[in-house]
Amino acid sequence: MCRLFALTSTEPQSPMTAIEALDVMREGHDGSGVGLFLSDLGGPWEELEGAPILSGIFSNEGLKRLDRFMMDIGFMTKYKLSIKVPKSPPPGVPKRDIYLIRAYELPEEWESLSREEIDFRLMKIRLQLRQMGQENEDMIVFSFWPDCIMIKEIGDPMTVAEYLRLDRKELRARIILAQGRQNTNYAINLYACHPFFIQGVATMTNGENTAFVPIREFLSSRGFPGYMGYQSDSEVFTHIMHYTLHMLGLDVPYYKHIITPLQDEDLERHPNGEFLKHLKHSCRRLIIDGPNCVIGCLPDKRVFMVQDRKKLRPGVVGGKPGLFALSSEICGLDAIIPDRDKTTDFQPMHLDTVIIGPDRQEVQICSQKDTLPPLR
Amino acid sequence: MFSEGYVTPTSLSVRDLPWQIHWSLDKCTLCGRCTTVCPVHAIELGVFRKRMVEAPVGLVNQPGNVFKVFYGIRQKTDPAYACIGCGMCNLVCPNGAIMPYRTDEADKLRFHINRGGQPRRRGGRRNAPGGILDRIKFIRISMLTDPALDAGRHEFELRTLLGRVLPPEENLRLLKEQGWIPPVREIYPLIIGGMSFGALSPNMWEGLQMGVAYLNEELGMPVRMCTGEGGCPPRLLRSRFLKYVILQIASGYFGWDEIIHAIPDMKEDPCAVEIKYGQGAKPGDGGLLMWYKVNKLIAAIRGVPPGVSLPSPPTHQTKYSIEEAVAKMIQSMYMAWGFRVPVYPKISGTSTALAVLNNLTRNPYAAALAIDGEDGGTGAAYNVSMDHMGHPIASNIRDCYLNLVKLGRQNELPLFAGGGIGKNGNLAANAAALIMLGASGVQTGKYIMQAAAGCLGSESDRCNVCNIGVCPKGITSQDPRLYRRLDPEKVAERVVDVFLSFDTELKKIVAPLGRSTSLPIGMSDALGIDDAAAAERLQIKYVV
Repeated sequence: MCRLFALTSTEPQSPMTAIEALDVMREGHDGSGVGLFLSDLGGPWEELEGAPILSGIFSNEGLKRLDRFMMDIGFMTKYKLSIKVPKSPPPGVPKRDIYLIRAYELPEEWESLSREEIDFRLMKIRLQLRQMGQENEDMIVFSFWPDCIMIKEIGDPMTVAEYLRLDRKELRARIILAQGRQNTNYAINLYACHPFFIQGVATMTNGENTAFVPIREFLSSRGFPGYMGYQSDSEVFTHIMHYTLHMLGLDVPYYKHIITPLQDEDLERHPNGEFLKHLKHSCRRLIIDGPNCVIGCLPDKRVFMVQDRKKLRPGVVGGKPGLFALSSEICGLDAIIPDRDKTTDFQPMHLDTVIIGPDRQEVQICSQKDTLPPLR
Repeated sequence: MFSEGYVTPTSLSVRDLPWQIHWSLDKCTLCGRCTTVCPVHAIELGVFRKRMVEAPVGLVNQPGNVFKVFYGIRQKTDPAYACIGCGMCNLVCPNGAIMPYRTDEADKLRFHINRGGQPRRRGGRRNAPGGILDRIKFIRISMLTDPALDAGRHEFELRTLLGRVLPPEENLRLLKEQGWIPPVREIYPLIIGGMSFGALSPNMWEGLQMGVAYLNEELGMPVRMCTGEGGCPPRLLRSRFLKYVILQIASGYFGWDEIIHAIPDMKEDPCAVEIKYGQGAKPGDGGLLMWYKVNKLIAAIRGVPPGVSLPSPPTHQTKYSIEEAVAKMIQSMYMAWGFRVPVYPKISGTSTALAVLNNLTRNPYAAALAIDGEDGGTGAAYNVSMDHMGHPIASNIRDCYLNLVKLGRQNELPLFAGGGIGKNGNLAANAAALIMLGASGVQTGKYIMQAAAGCLGSESDRCNVCNIGVCPKGITSQDPRLYRRLDPEKVAERVVDVFLSFDTELKKIVAPLGRSTSLPIGMSDALGIDDAAAAERLQIKYVV
């Protein structure tokens, strides 16, 4: 099983905070990898509003190809964080040339484009880079999006974090998702590492997705280029959230109704029963069968946690105004926010969605049996 | 056989027949039950003359012959009366003195059942044991990385959808705009396939209906049953139980006069309307109800004169193109119930199924596609059609599903698979395999007849006389002397038994795969087979 830890804080935090939480929960993961997603960034990144940040791992050759490519399409580097690493990596961590986090200025001709078109193009560039990198095995690209940084590497989370010196002060974020990986895919492919990302939506998951194949078939047949990859069965959770928000125009509380719809007797009693029945029927191909705990972050900087219908994976949410954490285990929470009111800790069950807004003042709990927010 | 040697080309010995009656003189009480019950009069009272040589000891009495007469059973060798192996003689014999045995070589009868130039016609099945479905295994077992579920205590939602499911975006848009959204029924994935009132006896039909009603109303299992082509009893049409019924319309339109006239009186809409374009057992051939079975009741329901054979044409006479005429027929059937009832076609398994499917995906009214494979059963057909025509269901369903995936329309047009599901007794395993290959549900007829009513058919040409109305169990007979053998209440009980045990077995299959929240349609990663060619063809794993 993997271990997950996410935090959302008014004050920018170091990713080391999340890594420490993972370290506390180390009995629950085998240290075969770590994935980090940072958003609502602090420090120098705050001034880069709207500038997409490219995160990935490059070989020297790959970096040259990247520079040529980005130059050709009119992207100029605006700010970058160079992670220089010691010559020899610690045991279990592969040797890489460059861990790249670089913000770009949008090309001038993009100024007239709609937000939607820009978002689409940014995604296309990420996919193109990913493809180029896979051809020559010289680039691995995790995200290319404003206000988002992703770092993934094979190895024990704490070892990797120390090796990459993630405690540096220019790396601070108000939202951090971190996953300590239990390798269930035999060959470790960083594209199979959580969190997954698409157009500002990032999620990470604990567990196996037994309904993976039909869901993958549904998403890949939507004709949307971003619905690809699927080196991990958990990537579909990110894409289903994206599909919910962007294609269906539905908000987070509907997500749970799509992945684990209510049974008929409950639907009959539900105030939005008729709508939900249609949603259940038409989105039947997106029903997950778990066991999964999904933690994620949305483009509007809300973070959420949901469980599948079986609720067989651990997950707890707790904190205090200004700092909340979503963790696989209570010990992770205790390590990072020991001074919280533990009586308000909440473990979402099979009907719950937990949402924490960007104001970080309270934990909002939606039950599937509740009346749903009006449609946009 | 005459001593002069009067032998015709069709003179057969008992040895030449597929079934030989073994009868024991010691056990027989001469009660006559066997000869009475035999549906084809294959046996009759035999009066046998026997010579016994008596050679007394001593010289006083000379040795001599004694001629005795004894009585027993004689098996007829005329092809018209050849034993069908049903074994009813054995069932009724108080002493177990009689039993048919299958010959150990290919019979000679098969060359002679065409007297008068009439090829063999029969009911039943393809009589081909084995099949690919039984060889498919479920290999993705949840082990440690994700827990297997408790089939007995976990909650399961094993339902499927019958009806055109719109893409989510379109469904939500139409909901907002209050547009027409095709009706969709949430039903149990095992449907009792079309067996007509006429092909089945009234007691059998009543038993099935009662069983289905009990499953729905008492056990909350939304089981549906298709009428087949033969209409529907008027009282059922006007009852609330109609909602559990899929009305079938086929090329003979039998019974539809009655149905159309009953529409204003209907309390409930039927579950769906199935337009039969083909049947797996006799693809490209129409339905057939032979004259033996067309009694007054059947004739009245079907709107025909009694005592005449009722062959439906092989195709709907007005259907000259799928794009137009078939689409119109689907639409007209929708119109009859105010667009509230899903209408879908059923075709026989064929290599042209993809063409049909592609067309239906473009028809917004097509609610599903049912495909009936070559192993499907029938009440009456030509032997050659049953044995040699048709397409196996597994690859047909798989091709169709993968084609829908390519179009991004998987499960929008639900596929229902029929034909040979459970033919070797493995109903749940076969159904689950087809569902994971891409079927939204399965239809079965023969299994229900065997399990719920004790049909004697097997995969080795046993019985198979459903066509001439002499069914010894009263399942496919219209003769009250025969069908009174079948107690409708008992049939209903067995239908319930079958569905409950199927449900448990299905859970025993999906639970170890970690599935409970939805029916695992298209979960092909769970399937494996020990045949590399079949694995490649079905795009599942090859396991040895």
